[in-house]
Amino acid sequence: MSDDVILLAHGSGGLLSHELVENVFLPHLGHPDGALEDATEIELGARRVVMSTDSYVIRPIVFPGGDIGKLAICGTVNDLAMRGARPLYLTAGFIIEEGLPLAELGRIVTSMAETATRAGVRVVAGDTKVVEHGSADRLFINTAGVGVVPEGTCITAGGARPGDVVLVSGAMGDHGLAIMTQREGLRFDGPLQSDCAPLNGLVADMLAAAGGGIHVLRDPTRGGLATALNELAAASGVEIIIDESAVPVHDAVRAASELLGLDPLYVANEGKLIAIVAPEAAEAVLKAMRAHPLGREAAIVGAVNDKHPGRVVLRTPLGTHRLLDMLAGEQLPRIC
Amino acid sequence: VTDLTAFRDPAAARALMDSIRRRAAERPDGSDPLRLMEFCGGHTHAIMHYGIREALAPGVRLLSGPGCPVCVTSDADIDAAIALARLPGVAVATFGDMVRVPGTRSSLQEARAVGADVRIVYSALDAVALARQTPGLKVVMLGIGFETTAPTVAAALETARAEGLANFYVYSMHKLTPPATRAILDSGEVRLDGIIGPGHVTAIIGWRAWEFLPAEYGLSCAVSGFEPLDMLHAIDQLVTAIMDGTPRIVNAYRRGVTAEGNRVAQALLGRVFQPAAADWRGLGVVPESGLALRPEYATHDARRAFELPVTAGGRTAEERGCRCGEVLRGVIEPPECPLFGRACTPARPVGPCMVSGEGSCAAYHHYGGSVGL
Repeated sequence: MSDDVILLAHGSGGLLSHELVENVFLPHLGHPDGALEDATEIELGARRVVMSTDSYVIRPIVFPGGDIGKLAICGTVNDLAMRGARPLYLTAGFIIEEGLPLAELGRIVTSMAETATRAGVRVVAGDTKVVEHGSADRLFINTAGVGVVPEGTCITAGGARPGDVVLVSGAMGDHGLAIMTQREGLRFDGPLQSDCAPLNGLVADMLAAAGGGIHVLRDPTRGGLATALNELAAASGVEIIIDESAVPVHDAVRAASELLGLDPLYVANEGKLIAIVAPEAAEAVLKAMRAHPLGREAAIVGAVNDKHPGRVVLRTPLGTHRLLDMLAGEQLPRIC
Repeated sequence: VTDLTAFRDPAAARALMDSIRRRAAERPDGSDPLRLMEFCGGHTHAIMHYGIREALAPGVRLLSGPGCPVCVTSDADIDAAIALARLPGVAVATFGDMVRVPGTRSSLQEARAVGADVRIVYSALDAVALARQTPGLKVVMLGIGFETTAPTVAAALETARAEGLANFYVYSMHKLTPPATRAILDSGEVRLDGIIGPGHVTAIIGWRAWEFLPAEYGLSCAVSGFEPLDMLHAIDQLVTAIMDGTPRIVNAYRRGVTAEGNRVAQALLGRVFQPAAADWRGLGVVPESGLALRPEYATHDARRAFELPVTAGGRTAEERGCRCGEVLRGVIEPPECPLFGRACTPARPVGPCMVSGEGSCAAYHHYGGSVGL
């Protein structure tokens, strides 16, 4: 195995990414409590603080519905929000390829600032590196962030319980398809826009409505809804059944997916979340989601049981059942 | 883009599934299930995606055939493609699935990670565009696929020649479906009651191309589209034909398929390609079952223009225990292979049937054909 090399598929968010984390990173850099979350909780005095970091290498750096700067703020804000935390401070690191027009960088930084303001976070530290032409693709951004967890909130990937209800905050696959069609020069009648957005406001409204009933939050980015649900089913030791007809997918995304041979349930989102909630809280949470601009198309899509821990099953529109597996290979490189 | 929701209507689908199950149950008690082979990998994928296979069991058993273009590619051809991509000044352009198929030593994806020039394209014309934009680069398009994709590669070749793009080449691995179907039936390894004919292929070649099935083999064939109602309608018609005892061709994909097929595409194929023996994984070398470039296109033919090793000298998938060959002939189902789901997974495929979305091993693994849902 020593002559194995890193493949693009190791960055897909699917099985090979997991293997890489399990076999290479965790043995040396892992933390003792082990659970893999979007953001990690650490104790700082009396405060419950969560921390997260993410790097953004998307191509193209400007796309319908956003740009790499907006994405870099939203991605880290959302990772923090998925622990129920209130995101507060971010850092930003820039790796810039020689030759990038200054005006373009300026527009991206402006977009970052606008998104940070909208999300109510402040960028408090930064770093800049410039590399030779060819050593990076125009611009890479890393952001890290911290947030505080409100009293009484306990949201983790392992929190799903039999009987819980699964919700999504809106249509699946918008971001990945917007990037893919842009890259391939495909044009569709309907607008294909990335859903890139900070979700902390939506999460705050949901928490206020749920009365402690929210057990799991997850933003289905790389690998899409299917991969995220598999991670949650494994972390919680439960089976999740999803009703395919109930999962919202925009017509333009469905059409573009068929043309490109993709399944929208495996395509990345950057402004959507999955919530797994106690059955008695489901209606209130759904109502709060639909009342928020980023949750208007929210829907109940499935349920949790204890039959086959770790498995995700899809009920097809024909009433038949099949596995909803994890993404294995490289479906769409460099979409975030 | 066509609105396909009408072809996915749940109530209509349930009525067709009931009809198929009822007809299959009319056979005497203790009868073997009706064994239908879907030739096409697109059908395998749709059947698993919509859970149709489980829904029709046990009265009807659906077997996958050799109709996944990546799956039937031989180890030798994959080694050749990798050797091409390693040549200085050469880029290999291919459809996505192909990069993950292991050859005897590595895959195109692994070769790319250590410096080989491999480009993923969505159409052969993208490869022509690459050749146009980079005159110093020799661009080799991997010609993979059946009668459906071959015309697009033929069109790309005509375009390249008309523009005088001497740096555009094709490595043809194109294959023809009727000779492969014959090869499976002639081997006598697997008992079949009927064939689900490939819709897109038949749109090109015309349904008359399948007349040998009832005439020579006494088998009915229903040509099917790819939406769930298309497939259920075709299976329903096929089961009816089998139960009638009068073998025939049923065109259950009238919105796409005619008796004579697409003459423009056929003429295009005839101008660029000629039938030749082809090396199939699972079937071996089958005479007149592939498409080679005609002599007029010799200067664009990567098989003639480049010196290629016969093999990279490693172990073939078969030598590593892979039973893709038997899966492709319908002799075993994927879970019967000892590597399935253990040594061979979509993340680390040993054989090509675990790579492609149209491969039956990948479809079984992905959609749980083995978990008894």
